[in-house]
Amino acid sequence: MATVTLKPIKVPDLRLEADNIKPDAFAGKKAAEIADLHVFCGNTRYSLGEFFEVTGEGGATAAETEVVIDGDVSRVKYIGMKMTAGSVLVKGNADMYVGAWMEGGTITVNGDADAFAGMGMTGGEINVLGNAGNYLGAAYRGDWRGMQGGVIRVVGDAGSDIGTFMRGGEIIVNGNVDVHVGTHQEGGTIIVKGDARSKVGGQMVEGDIYVFGDIEVMMPGFQHIGDVDIEVDGVSGRFACYKGDMGERHPRRKGETIYGKLYLKY
Amino acid sequence: MAKTITDVVCPFCGTLCDDLEVGVSDDGKKIIDVYNACAIGAEKFLHSQASDRVTRPRMKQEDGSWKEVSYDEAVEYTATTLAAARKPLMYGWSSTNCEAQAIGTEIGEIVGAVMDNTATVCHGTTLIAVQDVGVPSCTLGEILNRADRIVFWGCNPAHAHPRHMSRYSIFPRGFFTGKGAKGRRMIVVDPRVTDTAKTADMHLQIEQGRDYELLTALRVAFKGEWLPDTVAGIPKKTIYEVADLMKSGRFGIIFFGMGVTQSLSKNHNIDQAICVTRDLNEYTKWNIMPMRGHYNVTGSGEVWGWLHGFPFALDLSRGFARYNPGDTTSNDLLVRDEVDAVFVIGSDPGAHFPNSSVKKIWDLPSICVDPHLTPTTAVCKLHVPVAFVGVETGGCAYRMDNVPIECRKVVDPPEGMMTDLEFLERVTARVRELKGA
Repeated sequence: MATVTLKPIKVPDLRLEADNIKPDAFAGKKAAEIADLHVFCGNTRYSLGEFFEVTGEGGATAAETEVVIDGDVSRVKYIGMKMTAGSVLVKGNADMYVGAWMEGGTITVNGDADAFAGMGMTGGEINVLGNAGNYLGAAYRGDWRGMQGGVIRVVGDAGSDIGTFMRGGEIIVNGNVDVHVGTHQEGGTIIVKGDARSKVGGQMVEGDIYVFGDIEVMMPGFQHIGDVDIEVDGVSGRFACYKGDMGERHPRRKGETIYGKLYLKY
Repeated sequence: MAKTITDVVCPFCGTLCDDLEVGVSDDGKKIIDVYNACAIGAEKFLHSQASDRVTRPRMKQEDGSWKEVSYDEAVEYTATTLAAARKPLMYGWSSTNCEAQAIGTEIGEIVGAVMDNTATVCHGTTLIAVQDVGVPSCTLGEILNRADRIVFWGCNPAHAHPRHMSRYSIFPRGFFTGKGAKGRRMIVVDPRVTDTAKTADMHLQIEQGRDYELLTALRVAFKGEWLPDTVAGIPKKTIYEVADLMKSGRFGIIFFGMGVTQSLSKNHNIDQAICVTRDLNEYTKWNIMPMRGHYNVTGSGEVWGWLHGFPFALDLSRGFARYNPGDTTSNDLLVRDEVDAVFVIGSDPGAHFPNSSVKKIWDLPSICVDPHLTPTTAVCKLHVPVAFVGVETGGCAYRMDNVPIECRKVVDPPEGMMTDLEFLERVTARVRELKGA
């Protein structure tokens, strides 16, 4: 595995759009070539080297390339966007769109990730050791396909609208989440180990949501169908199981109507 | 003896009343009176006649005083500021005509600006929801002639759109609505007892921020499924009753406003309200319509829709259109320090944006094009007064139901004043020179 290290040397005055920071763009390139890749501040094009000191070189393929950002990039957007393989480690905070539409590989953010992380992702893994913003694993505006595969783990809290239009994959939040969890969800699993405020599973078609803590206000479209003893992400316990959202359309398979499932830990 | 100009269009709110009569002096230079308009609309016409009106551009000096400058100087400052910026925000566009919006977008394309309109703090969430789930809608004329079930959800037309109920929704007698208000059932959903709520057959005094739950409960009730005893403070018996009342009509309409678009859940409220409408079409005919505020905010969405495919929060900075409310919306850009110049036309962010955003406008090179003195003109570096669209110049505007209506010119602007369109054309020409575009 070849490592490319980016050390931030200048904080962008406007936000930096750096969709080139990903193993796919760095693979097969020397440090100087990587420093020459473009980034944007508004309508103006700059080179990556004006904002980062680049050391190391990319591996032969994306899968053999590791990108390490050695500092805070809380004003840099699109890190790891559409990446297919390899790994990205951010040693500080990252701005919006971390791993948006990613297909494979691993992203680790040691600090916080801002909104739209893992938007529309189809595979790979995102680990946020701090907090995540709104629209985690959600869909891009107007798209009916949110997160479709892969895993997102957040050690801290997450914002609102997580897993909107989610169709597959797994989101695990160790802390609390804000309003709207799995709105329009049509597959996949969301696990919230802390509390959720309200609007959990609204307009949900199918898929699973697990909440270990409390939900302040339940959606009226969920019906209690019994209790189950299960293990969820390494935690065993008794969960109250609800089906819903009863106001929404639901598919029928093998003569059975499929509902979304919401599990609340006792 | 005054002349009367008939069929004048009111450039105030999205109802865009087109039956005003304006009395002008014999020389056609002064407005004497306005008939048929509501108090707000009449004031808009009469305010153009104010003796203390600012008629020339003004530039803020270092000591905070204002100095009158020529339109040439104003064009030069605007063009050089926009051309030099790396990510200018061009905001507003709702109280001007479509012609000005189109030429303004050309400037945005040349300089690579982020274009945003007042929907960003208003019905932008509606536009997000429409993109997510579509919208079954109609025109106000259809409502006048057909509607017998009217829902006002989180809006107060008695004060915000004063002639809406008398012209279209509650009182008029239409082709299939010969009994007027007597043949219509009116439901208001609002946490407050507003003047609109007082005229309703049924007022659901909902808990604040629980619209999404109540809308969901209605969809559950349509299907006859189980509901908790109360939802959003409304007993389930009432919810089933309302559901039956909605199903029983021949033609229904949900009007909604800021109470749902800018309270908790925002776009999801509208998304769910559209799904309620869609569900009701299993039983009878239902439609949904936003109560748009500024008279031509709908038009700016239309213009950008046909030019770039997105109705607000349009980011042209990289030379192609991008759109993602939350990232490319004005307040997010301002608060996150993502823009380096601000151009405002036909709106008043100084009054309607959070203080943290207004402070950023104050810090940046900024231009405000507006006939009035507003909180925004006070925080901008350059104020360019222009003729009133719909009073002193015509142009196209879109009503809240997406019907385009040509505004009429009633009187001349004060001598030597430019219109929005003339000013923007001059800026476009100069920006082209500066950018070599």
